[in-house]
Amino acid sequence: MIEAIYFYIFAAVLVISAMMAVSARSPMTSVLFLILAFFNTACLFIMLGAEFVGMIMAIVYVGAVSVLFLFIVMMMDIRLKKLRANMIKHLPLGGFVGLVLLSELIMIFKKWNISPEALKSVASPMPDTAVVSNTQAIGAILYTQYVYPFQIAGLILLVAMIGAITLTLRSNKKFKKQDVSKQLNTKVEDVIKIKKVKTGEGI
Amino acid sequence: MTLLDISMNHFLILSAIVFTIGVFGVFLNRRNVIIILMSIELMLLAVQINFVTFSVYLNDLTGQVFSMFILTVAAAEAAIGLGILIAFFRNKESIDVNDMKAMKG
Repeated sequence: MIEAIYFYIFAAVLVISAMMAVSARSPMTSVLFLILAFFNTACLFIMLGAEFVGMIMAIVYVGAVSVLFLFIVMMMDIRLKKLRANMIKHLPLGGFVGLVLLSELIMIFKKWNISPEALKSVASPMPDTAVVSNTQAIGAILYTQYVYPFQIAGLILLVAMIGAITLTLRSNKKFKKQDVSKQLNTKVEDVIKIKKVKTGEGI
Repeated sequence: MTLLDISMNHFLILSAIVFTIGVFGVFLNRRNVIIILMSIELMLLAVQINFVTFSVYLNDLTGQVFSMFILTVAAAEAAIGLGILIAFFRNKESIDVNDMKAMKG
């Protein structure tokens, strides 16, 4: 009974903050509501018993991704009047598409029943929570059964890091730096020119 | 582990609602790139809720493992998207999608 109340509180705050995030006046408010949505999702996950994913969401989504969004929003001086002018115009079409999508998804999800065969053929069964904690159980399969996706996820992060650095790196032209390869590649003709000077005349 | 009054369908419908709000956000804020990125994050969040719900109610840990991979990809995509935005904003001073037409055709 008490869990139902918690679920409805977290779910209501999640939906309301998601709604506010997409329709807020300033991007800063949007990001803050997005942070609230992430926190409520983490609370829902902990309530379900998947506390590792919940904590990871709080650390990565709130602690890294949202902070990145906040940096960007604070650094850029965004003029919003032009951007919000067309928002009302797109509202009916967006509302209609959203309603159709939502009703289709609810029609599917309302009738979803788990078949008994699905419960038997489980890829990695969840051990008893009293014996093995959720973190331990995930660790047991993440590095053994799912080691290839784990390494590929690391590669994805590496590529993202390289991409972000390449996109935003600017060379600083204020300071003079020594470029050794340029120094070594200078040719004599570029630096010294020999001119024949007649006696008594200048250059 | 099943909760007393909340069945799996409650969580699935919640995930559907959050996904729809994300799609709605993309429709509504067609010109503001930052809000589009945030709506994509909301859609990925909804998919994560879905995965974890199935993982818990089917007693299968695969859903939670995959949910963490979705998290990884979402973080990488947010970083790259915002990097592109910054590189673009330096030159143009605008985040209007209609101004990003240098590669037209």
